[in-house]
Amino acid sequence: MTFTIPIDNGDALKNAETDSQRTLYPYVTGTSIVAIKYKDGVLMASDMGGSYGSTLRYKNIERVKAIGKHSLLGASGEISDFQEILRYLDELVLNDNMWDDGNSLGPKEVHNYLTRVMYNRRNKFNPLWNTLVLGGVKNGQSYLGMVSMIGVSFEDNHVATGFGNHLARPILRDEWHADLSFEDGVKLLEKCMRVLLYRDRSAINKLQIAKITEEGVTVSQPYSLKTFWEFQAFHNPTAGAQGSW
Amino acid sequence: MDLNLDAPHSMGTTIIGVTYNGGVVLGADSRTSTGMYVANRASDKITQLTDNVYVCRSGSAADSQVVSDYVRYFLHQHTIQLGQPATVKVSANLIRMLAYNNKNMLQTGLIVGGWDKYEGGKIYGIPLGGTVVEQPFAIGGSGSSYLYGFFDQAWKENMTKEEAEQLVVKAVSLAIARDGASGGVVRTVIINSEGVTRNFYPGDKLQLWHEELEPQNSLLDILNAAGPEPMAI
Repeated sequence: MTFTIPIDNGDALKNAETDSQRTLYPYVTGTSIVAIKYKDGVLMASDMGGSYGSTLRYKNIERVKAIGKHSLLGASGEISDFQEILRYLDELVLNDNMWDDGNSLGPKEVHNYLTRVMYNRRNKFNPLWNTLVLGGVKNGQSYLGMVSMIGVSFEDNHVATGFGNHLARPILRDEWHADLSFEDGVKLLEKCMRVLLYRDRSAINKLQIAKITEEGVTVSQPYSLKTFWEFQAFHNPTAGAQGSW
Repeated sequence: MDLNLDAPHSMGTTIIGVTYNGGVVLGADSRTSTGMYVANRASDKITQLTDNVYVCRSGSAADSQVVSDYVRYFLHQHTIQLGQPATVKVSANLIRMLAYNNKNMLQTGLIVGGWDKYEGGKIYGIPLGGTVVEQPFAIGGSGSSYLYGFFDQAWKENMTKEEAEQLVVKAVSLAIARDGASGGVVRTVIINSEGVTRNFYPGDKLQLWHEELEPQNSLLDILNAAGPEPMAI
């Protein structure tokens, strides 16, 4: 993709909102997010890595954040764009609170807002380079949806971004069922995250699992998963064919 | 050999910011290159924003200078309006505003470090794209590639001021040894509640690394220094 049409939109510094950018490529990126609905709400898992090309540069980035009282937002893709989205949502939540009318934005509303933002940016050829996962619970109803950088938006019982699309979704299709307990949900997510750790070059072994229920949001402390290397075939893979891999 | 003297001035660079128990230490090399030519061998890449906040600049010399100039100006006004010194966080976020909103045009990675009375010593990394990341230590510039492993092993929490500065000087020196785009002297800036200290470590005063030899005035000194047959093959 090359967008080389220059546009003079006045002083980029003073007109930050009207500045027209064309994002050509991401710099600091987060990898997969995996999320599922379970009995009490939604569980969302992500690692804490921020890659800079092929370098695993940042290892303490939180890619899942609470939004208002009822939602959880996870993001993969360009971290600076995610930080900007959090600023937009801060403003949204602030205005919602200022109404002081007893109502508060639910996950459905936040998802809709994000979809509009992402799709409109795409139409201006200036996308926010993220795939977002929005989960939440309001009035007993669980909600889980996704928006991509081109504005494709949908809801489902389980979602995954990036590499997770290829590696996690087949596992989730097979093993997800309605009314998972918290323990089973966490185990299922960890199964997915472990596979991603083995097979995604940009994954790091430091993850957080976030939970949202009617009561609110909790984000776990960062932790690491054990990995398994004791297959016989791993010990001596080239025994039968010297020079192979 | 094409020196490409029309290439934009770029600071290949190694820049580092490290927190310690009481403040921060910022460090950088001093090489500015235009293509293959070293345009300035003694640049100062650690630039003051306020009395208590400095920034390490890498990437395009022009971009990093103009960004820090704007932010210095904004912070000056902010300090007057606020009535007290600006915080490191505000400084970092102003840089982020410029870096993010002009991401298509700017090519500069920055490390903001300083001390304020609310949070103490803080370091913020602002790479290409305009992400802000608060870190206990940050490395940047082309020379930083050679330092990831070094810091993974050598970094510890709660170092003293002396330990932190020694770590920074050692690291910049190691990067200079391997990165062609880094060189010259090592400059450090230490910022804490007491104020700011600038230090200067010339290239020939740094520790020698692998396959580096002790600098001499002349071969003649070696020849004359006795010892058996130095010219013998």
